[in-house]
Amino acid sequence: MLYRESGDFKTSYKADNQTFPIAFDRYRYWVVLAVAYLVIPFVITDYWASAILVPFLIYSIAAIGLNILAGYCGQVSLGTGGFMAVGAYACYKLMTAFPEVNILIHIVLSGGVTALVGAAFGLPSLRIKGFYLAVATLAAQFFLVWLFNKVPWFFNYSASGQISAPEREFLGVAVTGPNTSAWASYLVCLVFVTACAIIARNLTRGSLGRQWMSIRDMDIAAEIIGVNPLRAKLSAFAISSFFIGISGALFFAVYLGAIEVGEAFGINKSLLVLFMVIIGGLGSIFGSFAGAAFLVCLPVILKLIGVDLLGWPTDLVAHLQLVLIGFLIMFFLIKEPHGLAQLWNVIKEKLRLWPFPH
Amino acid sequence: MSADFLYGIEVIINGLMSGVLYALVALGFVLIFKASGIFNFAQGVMALFSALTLVGIMEGQVPFAHLINAVFGTSIHNFGWTVPAILAIILTMGVMVIFAWMVQKFLFRHLVGQPHIILFMATIGLAYFLEGVGDLMWGSSIKRLELGLPQGGSLAIENLTSGLGGDDFYGFFIDKLDIVATIVAILLVIMLVAFSQFTKYGRAMRAVADDHQAALSVGISLNFIWVLVWSLAGFVALVAGVMWGAKSGVQFSLSLIALKALPVLMLGGFTSIPGAIVGGLIIGVGEKLFEYLVGPMVGGATENWFAYVLALVFLIFRPQGLLGERIIERV
Repeated sequence: MLYRESGDFKTSYKADNQTFPIAFDRYRYWVVLAVAYLVIPFVITDYWASAILVPFLIYSIAAIGLNILAGYCGQVSLGTGGFMAVGAYACYKLMTAFPEVNILIHIVLSGGVTALVGAAFGLPSLRIKGFYLAVATLAAQFFLVWLFNKVPWFFNYSASGQISAPEREFLGVAVTGPNTSAWASYLVCLVFVTACAIIARNLTRGSLGRQWMSIRDMDIAAEIIGVNPLRAKLSAFAISSFFIGISGALFFAVYLGAIEVGEAFGINKSLLVLFMVIIGGLGSIFGSFAGAAFLVCLPVILKLIGVDLLGWPTDLVAHLQLVLIGFLIMFFLIKEPHGLAQLWNVIKEKLRLWPFPH
Repeated sequence: MSADFLYGIEVIINGLMSGVLYALVALGFVLIFKASGIFNFAQGVMALFSALTLVGIMEGQVPFAHLINAVFGTSIHNFGWTVPAILAIILTMGVMVIFAWMVQKFLFRHLVGQPHIILFMATIGLAYFLEGVGDLMWGSSIKRLELGLPQGGSLAIENLTSGLGGDDFYGFFIDKLDIVATIVAILLVIMLVAFSQFTKYGRAMRAVADDHQAALSVGISLNFIWVLVWSLAGFVALVAGVMWGAKSGVQFSLSLIALKALPVLMLGGFTSIPGAIVGGLIIGVGEKLFEYLVGPMVGGATENWFAYVLALVFLIFRPQGLLGERIIERV
């Protein structure tokens, strides 16, 4: 009863083609947006912003990006960390080279730079498939991190090799640098997340998304029915890298403020984002959010229980956390290979029949 | 012969030896991939775990001492005995067999028929899990592995070759441990090949690798073969862990050698044992030579990525790797 596909009559093509054609989805979407924009900025504290909300939003963008590539187009990539680093360093170079330009424009531009790099590293995907491709993307991961570590131009010849974000304002409010208030960094990330999610949602249900999915399901068959694999694969790499670049730029400029590339964007970051996509659900925008939320919250909760509640030493809790994350990944893959998004589908199925399940 | 040229040869020899070690890790991957189609990301962590277990057993550490101390407020660390190396290796092998059985029983039995990518993700989960368990069991400090293997540069070779290149050349510097590792790796490969060619279970293993259903229909137990393969991979991991552990201490970075083995696999082909060896040698020599010739010009540490880029370029021309089975795609 609550969740219905039927009975919701559209009278115009515009209404029929809107982002969320089903009424329940639409209401849910507006409620979430209203809470995110109108409630949370007023109640947010520094701890919540830095420990949960801002990383959650940033990882959501990265997860959406990787989901486009791995979930929709079927090209598994282990180079996410490297592409995030491209976004971060592009943002840094732009911010220091053109200080008068608005920071939000810089972030979008660094997404564009990452898209170019991503498309270049996507070129081998036309020849290489499956695991070979997954391992080949590791080349991007290691090469890019090495590049940013060794070529001093990228970190403006600073002695430590670190990059740190200079202070920039938007409409008179600091959004990067040490004086940023929690709600400002939250709102910046939120705006980008909203834009990215809407773009991704509409891309994936449009013609490009269908091309990606046909490539994922069987690329030879897709080619035969007229999908251009070059265009589909490279656009998937470019668009996915665009999102990942934005998340890398936000991660550096808004969230951390100062980074060391090997530490912030190592292979572990690639695996983390891949876990978010898998646990959340391959080929689902909602799944990207769910996976990001899950893996951002898990360490925080474990630390709360282990260190603060039980008083165990931190290194022990860190080890337990590894065990638990590994266990949960295996558990999820066995119990629900389609991820948290599938659970949401099950709930929708229940809501459809409620309150008369038979 | 000029000294530079001779140093180049020294670099190549050292590259060959580290290539052997890469091949050793890559072998573990190939064994599992051939028999079950699982791309085992946890191979490096298995090497770390087995080396940790070996050290722990030899030194008589109490497993999970940290956890027990934290939960019960005790302070136990050691049993107070030491175990001889041979016995410890056998016990560690026992642990790896149990591990193989548990992986099969609790993880991959439930994932039969899933797409490859899901199996791959499961092994990444397994890698995290095993790394955490290893740290919980034996602590995360860097440990020394004392098996009495020879260490340090070989003076005999250095003296023998020092006359070759005039005054600037002081002879080849070759680590004794690398020589031992090379010999062990060659022995291991011969053993594995002999096992898979001439024994009953080896044949069964190859049959499973060829075709699961055909193997089932002639009465081969898939479960048993998979446990066997994982145990073999555990054994290979143990050897690799001992060699790398003796070289640079048993620590977390040991698990990263798995990442070094991946380009080796790509180059050699995921399904070919000779490919893993040839690929290992090419990568070992290639990255050492590149670092020696080009590294100083671009800031060094090129070893981090050179292997991947080499493999990537190579794959563009030959997508199935050097010796891998030809990929045939049908609609």
